[in-house]
Amino acid sequence: MRAFLTMVGKDLRQRSRDGTLIVFALVLPLGLAFLLNMLLGGDPEEDFSARYGVVDADGGELASMFVEDVLEPLEGEGILELRTFASEEEARESVEAGEIDAAFLVPDGFTDDLHNGDSVELRVLGDVDSPDEVQVADGVAEAFAAEYHRVELAVTTAEPSEEERAELALRAAEAPAAVRVVEDTDADWRQLDSPTYYAAGTAVFFLLFAAMPGVVSLFEERRTGTLVRLSASPVSTLGILAAKLASTVLVGLVSMVILITVSTFSFGAEWGDPLGVTVLTVAMVLAAVGIMSAVAGFATNAEQASSWATVVAMLLGLLGGALFPLANLGGLADLSYLTPHQWFLRGLSDLSTGDGLGSVLLPVGVLLAMALAGASVALYRMGRMLHP
Amino acid sequence: MTFLEVEKVSKSYGSNKAVEEVSFSIAEGETYGLLGPNGAGKSTTISMIVGVLRPDSGSIRIGGRPHGVGNNATKAQIGFVPQELALYPDLSAWDNLMFFARLYGVSGAEARRRCGEVLELIDLADRARENVSAFSGGMARRLNIGVGLLNRPRLLILDEPAVGVDAQSRNAILESIQRQAAEGVAVLYTTHYMEEAERLCDRVGIIDLGRIRAEGTQRELVSQVGEDDTIVLSLSGGTERAVLALKKIPQVREVSTEGSEVRLLVRDARSTVPLVLETVADSETVLRSVEVREPDLETVFLHLTGKALRN
Repeated sequence: MRAFLTMVGKDLRQRSRDGTLIVFALVLPLGLAFLLNMLLGGDPEEDFSARYGVVDADGGELASMFVEDVLEPLEGEGILELRTFASEEEARESVEAGEIDAAFLVPDGFTDDLHNGDSVELRVLGDVDSPDEVQVADGVAEAFAAEYHRVELAVTTAEPSEEERAELALRAAEAPAAVRVVEDTDADWRQLDSPTYYAAGTAVFFLLFAAMPGVVSLFEERRTGTLVRLSASPVSTLGILAAKLASTVLVGLVSMVILITVSTFSFGAEWGDPLGVTVLTVAMVLAAVGIMSAVAGFATNAEQASSWATVVAMLLGLLGGALFPLANLGGLADLSYLTPHQWFLRGLSDLSTGDGLGSVLLPVGVLLAMALAGASVALYRMGRMLHP
Repeated sequence: MTFLEVEKVSKSYGSNKAVEEVSFSIAEGETYGLLGPNGAGKSTTISMIVGVLRPDSGSIRIGGRPHGVGNNATKAQIGFVPQELALYPDLSAWDNLMFFARLYGVSGAEARRRCGEVLELIDLADRARENVSAFSGGMARRLNIGVGLLNRPRLLILDEPAVGVDAQSRNAILESIQRQAAEGVAVLYTTHYMEEAERLCDRVGIIDLGRIRAEGTQRELVSQVGEDDTIVLSLSGGTERAVLALKKIPQVREVSTEGSEVRLLVRDARSTVPLVLETVADSETVLRSVEVREPDLETVFLHLTGKALRN
């Protein structure tokens, strides 16, 4: 353990003197996040205007009430533009094409089920590119659900007796909401606000670059001749490689902590539940180091390792929606699930709904699996460097 | 008492046999020289002994215990000075020493004490806090050796430690190695400089093309070539023509070249020199200098391998 800590300490000392690390780990992500947020993030004080669609598969009284009494008055006030679609497919295509920000999907049987006292779903299909507009649509649907519940109770209890009042009050308190609003996650929409999205995106984008000096350092050790001395020392191969990876992980964690702190206080990023963010961040750093180490493990020298790692970091960052929304990728968006960036941002999105650690178990699991796979490949390949 | 035993160790890279059934042993306090030209297999042999490379076959024992890549107990008894400078240039001499001391399990006050002793030994105490990148080649070489002494090894392995250093530094390096041997450390020293081997080594193994060609004390090895002398000619122009002609002289047993220098192994230099000079003159080659040497390790090497040691 002492030798392990000695090697980690030496590596951290060398990394701390590396000016390019400061640039990649702090200056670039913060600068780019600030710029993107300023240029693309929009001003929250500006007048709100959204483009919504509605699919009324029910055609009944209550569905019409939602459209005519809720949505159309808002359109009349200029808050939104409303389009009507014949089917969910048409609405989805329009959302994915960016023609509308969100669509309300009123299912067949909506009115009858409500009259029968059954619970129904009012779905909101959101555009990944319009998080604010989707949030408002969600709010409108929630408001209707709450209002309908209240009105329904009032209708059923017209001129009740004292006993009936007491019984209905009890039922009202215990009854689930008649209308349940369902957010459609199939469309990959996320609720991260602009400052958080750009801060998180640029942080993880540059995290892979910040990990590069660490994973390439083994090649540097070989170039300077010190690798032979390490290999000849009474330290196991696993210990040497683990120390290399550990120092890189620590650099990544420090970088992320600084970026999260600065972005929170300087441009209002809201990362979510601290415990969830901590676990998600640790998993992301491990995944980044694992993947970059695996890539470097296939190189034959430091220059090649740096080049390959740069290409992979760029590709994963772009495919993972770290710098611009996934909707811009069109058919390639599905590939984002192969990137740690997507899972990290998705985890943050899940946290932003107000849920805690439990909501990010899937993203954390995927990230840890990526970390494990990458580290396994790296340990095998780099172990051969130490003892050919 | 034997401390290092190398038994029929072999290593190949693809079809290239880098080391083939190499065997030798070194006793405590003994300095063993592995003498051979570049590419002879010295560094590969060393890499297997220090536990960096796995042998394809054969065995290595240190202090009577089996030794290999994963055997940290035996690795801890080895002090290793690689051919390349194995130092962190962006760290100071002190930090380099402390780092490697801790890797060998020496820490705290003991580590500081040993680093101080080593710095005194290699005469760098007053430069301890300077980064290695600011050191001259000779200073860095001395520090490279110093790192190998930190763990107070019972087996010190030096792979051409004095390459490219000035005469003064080389002398200091050789003296420090002699001190280690005098204290009972088994020393394995590789070089392609005959002078170093003659000065340091109790026994010498001559290695070429991955095999040990001969082994013994200098006296034993020299006796293998009998009373043959070496005539060293420095020629200018038409060297190949001259070499062809020189090979036809009956008294000449071996001919090797290194650039414009031609070495002849002859039975009796005194009687052969006139013939040699006449032959060179007839081949219309300009003779710049001629030197006659008594038998030495260089002669042995030439005799055994048919080529000069520094080729």
